[in-house]
Amino acid sequence: MDKKFWITKEPINPNDCIKKVVRNEAGAVNTFIGTVREYTDGKRTLFLEYQAYVPMAEKKLVQIGKEIEEKWEDADTSIVHRIGRLELTDIAVVIAVSTPHRTDAFEASRYAIERIKELVPIWKKEHWEDGTKWLGDQQEKTSYAANNPLKEGMRDD
Amino acid sequence: MIKVLFFAELQEAAGSEQVSVEANGLSVNELKAKLLSSYKLDNLNHVMIAVNEEYSPEDTVLKSGDVVAFIPPVSGG
Repeated sequence: MDKKFWITKEPINPNDCIKKVVRNEAGAVNTFIGTVREYTDGKRTLFLEYQAYVPMAEKKLVQIGKEIEEKWEDADTSIVHRIGRLELTDIAVVIAVSTPHRTDAFEASRYAIERIKELVPIWKKEHWEDGTKWLGDQQEKTSYAANNPLKEGMRDD
Repeated sequence: MIKVLFFAELQEAAGSEQVSVEANGLSVNELKAKLLSSYKLDNLNHVMIAVNEEYSPEDTVLKSGDVVAFIPPVSGG
Protein backbone atom coordinates (compact mmCIF):
# COMPACT_ATOMS: atom_id res chain seq x y z
CA MET A 1 0.00 0.00 0.00
CA ASP A 2 1.73 3.13 -1.25
CA LYS A 3 -0.94 5.69 -0.41
CA LYS A 4 -0.52 7.91 2.62
CA PHE A 5 -4.29 8.46 2.88
CA TRP A 6 -6.54 5.50 2.29
CA ILE A 7 -9.70 3.55 3.07
CA THR A 8 -9.39 -0.17 3.73
CA LYS A 9 -11.61 -3.18 4.37
CA GLU A 10 -8.79 -4.96 6.19
CA PRO A 11 -7.80 -4.73 9.87
CA ILE A 12 -5.48 -1.75 10.43
CA ASN A 13 -1.94 -2.02 11.68
CA PRO A 14 -0.98 1.40 13.11
CA ASN A 15 2.58 0.87 11.92
CA ASP A 16 1.38 1.10 8.32
CA CYS A 17 0.66 4.79 9.00
CA ILE A 18 3.56 5.48 11.32
CA LYS A 19 6.22 4.24 8.93
CA LYS A 20 4.99 6.67 6.26
CA VAL A 21 5.76 9.74 8.38
CA VAL A 22 8.96 8.67 10.16
CA ARG A 23 11.92 10.72 8.90
CA ASN A 24 15.16 12.33 10.03
CA GLU A 25 13.60 15.80 10.42
CA ALA A 26 10.97 14.61 12.90
CA GLY A 27 11.42 14.87 16.66
CA ALA A 28 7.91 13.58 17.32
CA VAL A 29 5.43 11.16 15.81
CA ASN A 30 1.99 11.40 17.39
CA THR A 31 -0.56 8.68 16.68
CA PHE A 32 -4.29 8.82 17.20
CA ILE A 33 -6.10 5.48 17.17
CA GLY A 34 -9.90 5.45 17.11
CA THR A 35 -11.47 2.20 18.32
CA VAL A 36 -14.95 0.66 18.62
CA ARG A 37 -16.47 1.42 22.03
CA GLU A 38 -19.01 -0.85 23.71
CA TYR A 39 -21.18 1.67 25.57
CA THR A 40 -22.40 5.07 24.36
CA ASP A 41 -24.72 6.92 26.75
CA GLY A 42 -25.60 3.62 28.43
CA LYS A 43 -26.49 1.90 25.19
CA ARG A 44 -24.56 -1.24 24.34
CA THR A 45 -23.01 -1.58 20.90
CA LEU A 46 -22.64 -5.12 19.56
CA PHE A 47 -20.65 -4.15 16.48
CA LEU A 48 -20.36 -1.34 13.94
CA GLU A 49 -20.61 -1.16 10.20
CA TYR A 50 -18.77 1.60 8.33
CA GLN A 51 -19.44 2.67 4.77
CA ALA A 52 -17.52 5.22 2.68
CA TYR A 53 -17.70 6.97 -0.64
CA VAL A 54 -14.18 5.65 -1.14
CA PRO A 55 -12.69 7.85 -3.89
CA MET A 56 -14.06 11.05 -2.39
CA ALA A 57 -13.16 10.02 1.16
CA GLU A 58 -9.55 9.43 0.13
CA LYS A 59 -9.48 12.84 -1.59
CA LYS A 60 -10.81 14.50 1.54
CA LEU A 61 -8.18 12.76 3.68
CA VAL A 62 -5.53 14.12 1.30
CA GLN A 63 -7.09 17.58 1.72
CA ILE A 64 -6.82 17.29 5.52
CA GLY A 65 -3.15 16.40 5.11
CA LYS A 66 -2.62 19.53 3.01
CA GLU A 67 -4.43 21.68 5.58
CA ILE A 68 -2.11 20.33 8.27
CA GLU A 69 0.95 21.15 6.16
CA GLU A 70 -0.31 24.73 5.87
CA LYS A 71 -1.06 25.10 9.57
CA TRP A 72 1.95 23.38 11.11
CA GLU A 73 5.31 23.91 9.54
CA ASP A 74 7.01 20.78 8.24
CA ALA A 75 4.25 18.42 9.41
CA ASP A 76 3.83 15.10 7.63
CA THR A 77 0.56 13.17 7.93
CA SER A 78 -0.80 9.72 7.11
CA ILE A 79 -4.39 8.59 7.73
CA VAL A 80 -6.20 5.28 7.23
CA HIS A 81 -9.88 4.54 7.93
CA ARG A 82 -11.42 1.09 7.92
CA ILE A 83 -14.85 0.22 6.49
CA GLY A 84 -17.07 -2.86 6.71
CA ARG A 85 -17.98 -4.69 9.91
CA LEU A 86 -15.90 -3.81 12.97
CA GLU A 87 -16.07 -5.60 16.32
CA LEU A 88 -15.59 -4.04 19.76
CA THR A 89 -12.01 -2.77 20.27
CA ASP A 90 -11.24 -2.96 16.53
CA ILE A 91 -9.34 0.01 15.11
CA ALA A 92 -11.54 2.25 12.93
CA VAL A 93 -9.05 5.00 12.19
CA VAL A 94 -5.34 5.72 12.59
CA ILE A 95 -3.75 9.14 12.19
CA ALA A 96 0.01 9.60 12.37
CA VAL A 97 1.63 13.02 12.26
CA SER A 98 5.33 13.70 12.42
CA THR A 99 6.76 17.15 13.17
CA PRO A 100 10.10 18.53 14.30
CA HIS A 101 8.65 19.33 17.77
CA ARG A 102 6.04 17.50 19.86
CA THR A 103 3.49 20.29 20.41
CA ASP A 104 2.70 20.49 16.72
CA ALA A 105 2.30 16.73 16.38
CA PHE A 106 -0.25 16.62 19.23
CA GLU A 107 -2.24 19.55 17.88
CA ALA A 108 -2.24 18.40 14.27
CA SER A 109 -3.49 14.91 15.19
CA ARG A 110 -6.39 16.42 17.09
CA TYR A 111 -7.16 18.67 14.15
CA ALA A 112 -7.17 15.70 11.77
CA ILE A 113 -9.72 13.64 13.70
CA GLU A 114 -12.03 16.64 14.14
CA ARG A 115 -11.86 17.37 10.41
CA ILE A 116 -12.58 13.73 9.56
CA LYS A 117 -15.78 13.99 11.57
CA GLU A 118 -16.77 17.14 9.69
CA LEU A 119 -16.14 16.47 6.04
CA VAL A 120 -15.00 13.00 5.07
CA PRO A 121 -17.83 10.93 3.52
CA ILE A 122 -17.75 7.97 5.89
CA TRP A 123 -20.77 6.70 7.82
CA LYS A 124 -21.15 4.52 10.88
CA LYS A 125 -24.07 2.20 11.49
CA GLU A 126 -24.65 1.21 15.09
CA HIS A 127 -25.85 -2.31 15.76
CA TRP A 128 -27.40 -2.48 19.22
CA GLU A 129 -29.16 -5.32 21.00
CA ASP A 130 -32.51 -3.79 20.06
CA GLY A 131 -31.95 -2.25 16.66
CA THR A 132 -29.71 -0.42 14.22
CA LYS A 133 -29.14 3.15 13.11
CA TRP A 134 -26.95 5.04 10.67
CA LEU A 135 -25.45 7.88 12.67
CA GLY A 136 -25.02 11.39 11.41
CA ASP A 137 -22.95 13.74 13.45
CA GLN A 138 -25.62 16.39 13.26
CA GLN A 139 -27.69 14.23 15.57
CA GLU A 140 -24.87 14.15 18.08
CA LYS A 141 -23.11 17.51 18.24
CA THR A 142 -22.73 19.62 15.18
CA SER A 143 -24.93 20.38 12.21
CA TYR A 144 -24.27 21.25 8.64
CA ALA A 145 -25.92 24.60 9.30
CA ALA A 146 -23.23 25.38 11.84
CA ASN A 147 -20.36 23.81 10.03
CA ASN A 148 -21.00 23.51 6.36
CA PRO A 149 -18.43 21.37 4.52
CA LEU A 150 -19.48 23.01 1.28
CA LYS A 151 -17.57 26.16 2.22
CA GLU A 152 -14.60 24.03 3.18
CA GLY A 153 -14.79 21.90 0.08
CA MET A 154 -14.87 24.96 -2.14
CA ARG A 155 -11.86 26.45 -0.45
CA ASP A 156 -9.22 24.83 -2.57
CA ASP A 157 -11.17 24.86 -5.81
CA MET B 1 -27.50 10.45 -18.16
CA ILE B 2 -26.39 11.36 -14.64
CA LYS B 3 -25.18 8.71 -12.22
CA VAL B 4 -26.62 9.21 -8.72
CA LEU B 5 -25.05 7.56 -5.67
CA PHE B 6 -26.79 6.97 -2.35
CA PHE B 7 -25.10 6.21 0.96
CA ALA B 8 -25.97 5.12 4.49
CA GLU B 9 -29.63 5.62 5.42
CA LEU B 10 -30.40 7.12 2.02
CA GLN B 11 -29.17 3.96 0.33
CA GLU B 12 -31.52 1.89 2.47
CA ALA B 13 -34.43 4.27 1.90
CA ALA B 14 -33.90 4.35 -1.85
CA GLY B 15 -33.27 0.60 -1.95
CA SER B 16 -30.35 1.15 -4.28
CA GLU B 17 -26.68 2.14 -4.24
CA GLN B 18 -26.82 3.94 -7.56
CA VAL B 19 -29.27 4.91 -10.24
CA SER B 20 -29.03 6.56 -13.63
CA VAL B 21 -31.27 9.56 -14.12
CA GLU B 22 -32.08 11.63 -17.18
CA ALA B 23 -31.15 15.01 -15.73
CA ASN B 24 -28.90 16.77 -18.21
CA GLY B 25 -29.30 20.53 -17.80
CA LEU B 26 -31.11 20.24 -14.47
CA SER B 27 -29.74 21.87 -11.36
CA VAL B 28 -28.87 19.77 -8.33
CA ASN B 29 -31.99 21.16 -6.66
CA GLU B 30 -34.19 20.07 -9.56
CA LEU B 31 -32.59 16.63 -9.48
CA LYS B 32 -33.42 16.42 -5.76
CA ALA B 33 -37.07 17.22 -6.45
CA LYS B 34 -37.18 14.62 -9.20
CA LEU B 35 -35.72 11.94 -6.93
CA LEU B 36 -38.03 12.79 -4.05
CA SER B 37 -41.00 12.05 -6.27
CA SER B 38 -39.55 8.75 -7.58
CA TYR B 39 -38.09 7.20 -4.42
CA LYS B 40 -39.23 6.72 -0.88
CA LEU B 41 -36.98 9.44 0.50
CA ASP B 42 -38.54 11.44 3.33
CA ASN B 43 -36.45 14.50 2.73
CA LEU B 44 -33.06 15.52 1.49
CA ASN B 45 -32.78 18.65 3.63
CA HIS B 46 -29.74 17.60 5.61
CA VAL B 47 -28.02 16.04 2.66
CA MET B 48 -24.92 17.55 1.08
CA ILE B 49 -24.28 17.11 -2.60
CA ALA B 50 -21.04 16.11 -4.25
CA VAL B 51 -20.70 16.45 -7.99
CA ASN B 52 -17.79 14.46 -9.38
CA GLU B 53 -16.40 13.87 -5.87
CA GLU B 54 -16.41 17.49 -4.72
CA TYR B 55 -18.97 19.21 -2.46
CA SER B 56 -21.04 21.43 -4.73
CA PRO B 57 -23.77 24.05 -4.33
CA GLU B 58 -27.42 23.29 -5.07
CA ASP B 59 -27.57 25.51 -8.13
CA THR B 60 -24.87 23.51 -9.92
CA VAL B 61 -26.13 22.60 -13.38
CA LEU B 62 -25.61 18.97 -14.30
CA LYS B 63 -24.31 17.61 -17.57
CA SER B 64 -24.25 14.15 -19.02
CA GLY B 65 -21.66 11.90 -17.38
CA ASP B 66 -21.66 13.74 -14.05
CA VAL B 67 -21.66 11.64 -10.89
CA VAL B 68 -23.86 13.10 -8.16
CA ALA B 69 -23.51 11.73 -4.65
CA PHE B 70 -26.05 12.41 -1.92
CA ILE B 71 -24.05 12.71 1.28
CA PRO B 72 -25.99 12.39 4.53
CA PRO B 73 -24.32 13.87 7.64
CA VAL B 74 -21.03 12.02 8.02
CA SER B 75 -20.07 9.96 11.07
CA GLY B 76 -16.60 8.61 10.49
CA GLY B 77 -13.83 8.41 13.04
